[in-house]
Amino acid sequence: MIRFKIEKRKPLPGWAKIVIPIAAIMVTLILSAIPILIAGGHLWKSYFYLFYGALGTRFNLLETFVKASPLLMTGLAVAFAFRAKFWNIGAEGQLLAGALVATVLGVSMGGFPHALVLPIIIIAGFLAGGIWASIPAILKTKLKVDDVVSTLLLNYVMIHIMGALLFGPLQQPGSSWPRSSAIVEAACYPILMTRSRFHMGILIALLAVFVIWFINKKTTFGYQSKAVGVNVRAAHFGGINTTSVILWTALISGGLAGLAGVGELCAIQYRLIMDISPGYGYSGIVIAMLGNLHPVGVLFSSLFFSVIIVGAQTMSRMTGVPTYIAEVIQGMALMVMLIFLLFTEYKLRMVRKS
Amino acid sequence: MSEILDIAFVSGLIGATMRMATPLIFATLGEILAERSGVLNLGIEGIMLMGAMTGFLVTFSSGSIWSGVLAAAVVGMILGLLMAFLAVNLGLSQHVSGLGITLFAAGLAMFIYRLHFGSPTVPPIIQPFKQITLPVLSEIPVIGPGLFTQYSLTYIAWLLVPVMSILLYKTKLGLKIRTVGENPVVADTVGVNVALTRTLCLVIGGALMGVGGAFLTLAHQNMFLIEVIGGRGWVAIAMVIFGNWDPVKGTIGTLIFGFLDGLQLRLQGVGIAIPFHVFLMIPYLLTIVALISVSRRAAVPAALLKAYRREEKGG
Repeated sequence: MIRFKIEKRKPLPGWAKIVIPIAAIMVTLILSAIPILIAGGHLWKSYFYLFYGALGTRFNLLETFVKASPLLMTGLAVAFAFRAKFWNIGAEGQLLAGALVATVLGVSMGGFPHALVLPIIIIAGFLAGGIWASIPAILKTKLKVDDVVSTLLLNYVMIHIMGALLFGPLQQPGSSWPRSSAIVEAACYPILMTRSRFHMGILIALLAVFVIWFINKKTTFGYQSKAVGVNVRAAHFGGINTTSVILWTALISGGLAGLAGVGELCAIQYRLIMDISPGYGYSGIVIAMLGNLHPVGVLFSSLFFSVIIVGAQTMSRMTGVPTYIAEVIQGMALMVMLIFLLFTEYKLRMVRKS
Repeated sequence: MSEILDIAFVSGLIGATMRMATPLIFATLGEILAERSGVLNLGIEGIMLMGAMTGFLVTFSSGSIWSGVLAAAVVGMILGLLMAFLAVNLGLSQHVSGLGITLFAAGLAMFIYRLHFGSPTVPPIIQPFKQITLPVLSEIPVIGPGLFTQYSLTYIAWLLVPVMSILLYKTKLGLKIRTVGENPVVADTVGVNVALTRTLCLVIGGALMGVGGAFLTLAHQNMFLIEVIGGRGWVAIAMVIFGNWDPVKGTIGTLIFGFLDGLQLRLQGVGIAIPFHVFLMIPYLLTIVALISVSRRAAVPAALLKAYRREEKGG
């Protein structure tokens, strides 16, 4: 009888870190043929429109960056938290917290000096997401509550807080829909390219990539955060205040997700609606994993998923394959990447048993 | 007059509590089975959505509601098997594998629904389950009509609670499952197949999760909406912890949840001025509070979250 065993392997060389995600993406794209064929789409035509729809025209290319910006922020948020083994599944709720606070300020800051409005909103949105994320961090460190479950549950709490406010004090006067008034003009992110939605939030997201890379590589805190992730007990005995490190990690992680919400509000929707996020927080988990938790990796994986999401629109129009193919591909990508990561540490060996 | 109204209100509330608890009972029992064997299945939310969609789709096209239930169970089993492949056979992170299953299954459910039905302005509907009134029992004053005028799936859920307790605590298989979840090394030494036991628990657990999801589209409602599960899978995860991994205690948790859910619906109907979102929030907050108190006396299966590979015994 032939059986397979999973065994530890020698560490792979550095290039593997780049090759493996690319290989995972290729395999995912090949597997995507299955749902495309089931949907009756013509295979090559579907792939063509998937990429043409995302990259083929100037407008679509810029749209891909527009879509990538919240994904990049939530991806960074999750990656930064996961690196310290703070299992933040709550980026969705933190994003909404940021959007909510930005709305409250954005509709009411008409009388403020214009130059102050956006900086205040951005800082407040960051803090809102960060504080919302620090709740599960406090529960984890002080009361040993599992962070996966608490961050997940808090997403729903935030959705209902938002619902209560949008049906209540924040509701646009005279509207029967759960939506807020529009934010004042000074609160809108500047559009940086004509005839597009390419906005300032995209630059903020790129800046965040650099900042997170800098924190990770060049600061003591980045080192401590990593040490906590590798082994929290060892870090503790090594003299690191693990409670405070996890708390600050949560604050930064949630803050990044909060900024994703600010961006969607101040550059895309201009008013708060219930479905301001189609699950960016959850996509962030996939993006963080596919990016190997590295900020530059997260940048590329967010661009990849943005291509899929934007391209799926055109593909759907041209071939009739439902746009939800993008969600299916995300789920598959996460699983494929997980399997690939496993084989960076382990290898399959065939054994013969008599 | 007001007294009759009160009795009708109480009886209605009891009935609603039971109904709203039903999908959670299925899901919680399924999750308890998986976690007792040592695997946290975060795929639950996606498996429930897939069960809800499949149950609806099969009922819609076959006209047979029980075929829908069966199909939901089968889909749950397949996804449970996929979870087992990732988390048991390959030994990947249970957290991330489960989330992967949820993302994949949720995407797939929406994809298949859209593929089959397109985007109609009026969602298609099916002829849902009818409530069955049990003779004699339903004539018990006050509580009778609420408790014993229910859907057949609700009665099945209630039967499953003692069945699961007996399975876990009184049978040889249950002992195996618990041993695998507490100490896979010992289980392996005495000849229990760890991987097979865990796979079995994930598959059966997946079937329960699928049926729990199907209850929402085949009994509670008569249509499939994308937000139909609405976090109930995550609530079930919390109920498992709340109930200390015990089927009976977990079910008590689901009843509290069902009560608040039912109360919120009823107060909305009566026109009480509290925004209903505040009510919807309470169960989640209560669960978090419950998690705080539980974490101090947690009876977590000792091998939960730990992959088992023979070569790394004791490592």
